[in-house]
Amino acid sequence: MIWDLVVQPFADFGFMRRALLGCIAIAIGATPVGVFLMLRRMSLTGDAMAHAILPGAAIGYLVAGLSLGAMTTGGLIAGMAVALLSGLVTRVTALREDASLAAFYLISLALGVLIVSTRGSNVDLMHVLFGTVLALDDAALILLCTITSLSVLILAVMFRPLVLECADPQFLRSVSGLSAVTHFIFLALVVLNLVGGFHALGTLMAVGIMILPAAAARFFAVNVGGLIFVAALLAIVSGFCGLLMSYYFSLPSGPAIILVAGIAYGLALVFGPVGGLVSKVLPRPHFES
Amino acid sequence: MSTALAFRNLTLGYDRHPAVHHLETEIAEGSLTAVVGPNGAGKSTLLKGVTGVLSPLDGEVDFGAMSRDDIAYLPQQSDIDRAFPLSVVDLVAMGLWREIGSFGWLGSARRSRINAAIAAVGLTGFEDRPIGTLSGGQLQRTLFARLLLQDARLVLLDEPFTAVDTRTMADLIEVVHRWHGEGRTIIVVLHDHDIVREHFPETIMLARELVAHGPTENVLTVENQFRARQMCEACDGPPHVCGRDAA
Repeated sequence: MIWDLVVQPFADFGFMRRALLGCIAIAIGATPVGVFLMLRRMSLTGDAMAHAILPGAAIGYLVAGLSLGAMTTGGLIAGMAVALLSGLVTRVTALREDASLAAFYLISLALGVLIVSTRGSNVDLMHVLFGTVLALDDAALILLCTITSLSVLILAVMFRPLVLECADPQFLRSVSGLSAVTHFIFLALVVLNLVGGFHALGTLMAVGIMILPAAAARFFAVNVGGLIFVAALLAIVSGFCGLLMSYYFSLPSGPAIILVAGIAYGLALVFGPVGGLVSKVLPRPHFES
Repeated sequence: MSTALAFRNLTLGYDRHPAVHHLETEIAEGSLTAVVGPNGAGKSTLLKGVTGVLSPLDGEVDFGAMSRDDIAYLPQQSDIDRAFPLSVVDLVAMGLWREIGSFGWLGSARRSRINAAIAAVGLTGFEDRPIGTLSGGQLQRTLFARLLLQDARLVLLDEPFTAVDTRTMADLIEVVHRWHGEGRTIIVVLHDHDIVREHFPETIMLARELVAHGPTENVLTVENQFRARQMCEACDGPPHVCGRDAA
């Protein structure tokens, strides 16, 4: 009975299966990036980047309509430009990274809203903001899976320098010239995953699947590998449950998925064994040494 | 004895204000040197100049047969993110970076070296503790273990014994002596003159400019300390361009 409720929608409808595949791809690609964003105290950077992508996607839409390729390329260019410019300003001038990033993403966002509101209709704006996970075509699925594969591969290659860049950047600079490269490649991964995510979940919701599971995982795992595993698992489960909720209650799927991730975060916050509220209120006996 | 490191008319500073001014001296290979001087004398700045974190305003650091890759450096305030989920063994293993880089396999031989380094600083049993749970002294021991693995010809330590208890300090000085015995060149910034007298054969006294450099008993004199204080106070005043010839 419950099995039917849970499995039937996916068995009956191709669009549900496609949506699930898209969600799993995004979960596996974006959550490790989200874990590192959280560990580097850059959780809000993801949000800023998502806003920065908007004008690129909008210009892509203006040039070629609701075209996957044009909007992806536009989003990538806008996101990378903001990441590079803000990184450059941070390293060359006295301005700190948060301020320079905020400056560039706000300019980018204003430009994006301007373009969308003068030329596009409201429906298009909703597409960009909230995505179309229930209408993913083959090309979109291939794009999502490619981005995920690329992202996981790059992360595997740069895992050690990235951990060191987060934990002890001074030491990394003293033993290797990879510090700046690592930082920029990491920002590029953030942009890449957000651009992939916005086709399915929309620019704003894509950040949610990146950050919420990572934040929830903090209450379960004590090392980087564990964090990534728990976060990806939570994101996949959120995608699954979110799609079912959206199917049965006719809710928009993007926000439904993110809200499920939000509920998971809330539960982790209260019941998580690593520093959750319950573990604070009911501490276990301490050790001898 | 050959020269490991030569400062040639070296001026280092921040925003045009010199913190090390026209320094001219040489550090012998395999020497164990303490750098002393009042606050603001340019001791930490000198180490930053050697590591290359700071580029000279004038002059140069001559590495002779060595290069910057031969340096292991322990900064005064490390910017380690102690909330980051790393264990003691993870942090210590990073000392092998130059051997293993981004992808090198640790393997059992390197693992036993890591364990030996952890044992050498007296942290056996703490391998799996998260770095966020360590005390200041334990973290300093961990960082020394990492330095041990870096196996560097030139070791730079910036006030490594501040905020550690006498027992920890004794253990860490033991490590410094071991390095000295292995023929490494070691430069340590210190404030405690008793420790310098007891453990360091050579001393550099700085007060932005060189006050004295030589055997410790010749450098740590009352006259030199008085002169250093005076020199540091003398350079407080409205800024004007240094008129000394660069050559």
